[in-house]
Amino acid sequence: MAKVKLTVNGRAVSRDVPDTTLLSEFLREDLRLTGTHVGCDTSQCGACVVHVDGKAVKSCTMLAASASGGEVTTVEGLANGELHPMQKAFNDNHGLQCGFCTPGMIMSGVDMVNRYKQAGRELTEEAIRHELEGNICRCTGYHNIVKSIQDAATKM
Amino acid sequence: MYPTTYHKPETLEAASATLGDAEEAKILAGGHTLLPTMKNHLAAPTDLVDIRGIAALNGISEDGGTLTIGATTTHAEVSNSPVVASACPALACLAGGIGDPAVRHVGTIGGSVANNDPAADYPAAVLGLGATVVTNRRDIAAEDFFDGMFATVLEEGEIITSVRFPKCDLAGYSKFPNPASRYAMVGVFVAKSGGSVRVAVTGAGEDGVFRHEGLEAALSANFSPDAVDGVAISSDGLLSDLHGDADYRANLIRVMAKRAVSAVA
Ligand SMILES: Cc1cc2nc3c(=O)[nH]c(=O)nc-3n(C[C@H](O)[C@H](O)[C@H](O)COP(=O)(O)OP(=O)(O)OC[C@H]3O[C@@H](n4cnc5c(N)ncnc54)[C@H](O)[C@@H]3O)c2cc1C
Ligand code: FES
Ligand code: FES
Repeated sequence: MAKVKLTVNGRAVSRDVPDTTLLSEFLREDLRLTGTHVGCDTSQCGACVVHVDGKAVKSCTMLAASASGGEVTTVEGLANGELHPMQKAFNDNHGLQCGFCTPGMIMSGVDMVNRYKQAGRELTEEAIRHELEGNICRCTGYHNIVKSIQDAATKM
Repeated sequence: MYPTTYHKPETLEAASATLGDAEEAKILAGGHTLLPTMKNHLAAPTDLVDIRGIAALNGISEDGGTLTIGATTTHAEVSNSPVVASACPALACLAGGIGDPAVRHVGTIGGSVANNDPAADYPAAVLGLGATVVTNRRDIAAEDFFDGMFATVLEEGEIITSVRFPKCDLAGYSKFPNPASRYAMVGVFVAKSGGSVRVAVTGAGEDGVFRHEGLEAALSANFSPDAVDGVAISSDGLLSDLHGDADYRANLIRVMAKRAVSAVA
């Protein structure tokens, strides 16, 4: 068993879990934070993207034990009294249909906006499409997801 | 995944000791190859030794033109590094084209080189630039390091600590990514130092990454995209799979070599 200590969405948590526990399982099953979705479990689809120490990662391909000591933000941790600008933009721009991919899209969206802002680079439509390489959506055809992220980028 | 015991040592010595003591231990870096393999039950190590807690294995430095990249340095760190961008922009560009942003935040150069996936990007840079793979036991020249598909000369328990890239005048990399996986269908790394040019090809060879002598000779004589046209590119020994046959890959080698050269010539 591994002792996993994390700060998840600002809250300190500690659990003893099997060493093989994935971060996605830890979040969903041990913490009941089921906003993080598991689509493929093979590191392809990006539905499981969360932020670990400020960086977007696929939580199905990281052991909870290896994240221990760090800070994790999931989609549940974004809203602060009101929806995060990225969540609101997905709402306003019809950026989802079934919603399965949406938590990963939103976490990847926030990550890319932050990175481009920090580097002082413009997040163009083309760049957003390129940045979404690791996030698969079976419903929308991506156009409104791209629009949502473009919209949010102006408000974050 | 079969049960395993996770370790996160803080020193190379402690990592080495655990690797030596355990029944069947494996080194864990980014885990972006190893964890999927364990999920598939294609690997079942009794112990995982996570080397990301060892500070000495992480980071990028440059000394007299030689670029040293620590084994646990992530693809994102390499692609965003001003040091890499000035010493060898082709390497930064290669790292920035691996997988997707979330993969680049976690995957490491050491893991990529140790894994020697025949479609991985880094092996092309390591062989193309004539880099040295440094381990806790020895220095290994790129020529000697790769040992066929998914195989290297690394011994049981041997840990890559860094990869050292020598100075070169010009380097370019171009890959044709598989549209689903983003791995290279074919990737060509071209490096020029003085009058000599090295060309390494990934994604195409049945035995993994290789140097192309015909392209090297033609580009050493005339470093221009046109020089590539006259070179015979045989499909012998190239991969044929559902993504493309050997002839298709042979043609891609030509096209990628041209693009790599025209990006820098
Ligand atoms: C969705 C996806 C897309 C990808 N796309 C690409 C791509 O386009 N191009 C590309 O090149 N790669 C791609 N990859 C692979 C990615 O770059 C991996 O990160 C890399 O191949 C393995 O690095 P890692 O740090 O994750 O290693 P791990 O998975 O932790 O380890 C891989 C192997 O190397 C060994 N190992 C790790 N570090 C060391 C060390 N320091 N010394 C000795 N042995 C070590 C491990 O024991 C294991 O056998 C992709 C991966 C995913 C999941
Ligand atoms: S569930 Fe993690 S990438 Fe698909
Ligand atoms: S909205 Fe259904 S998968 Fe994206």
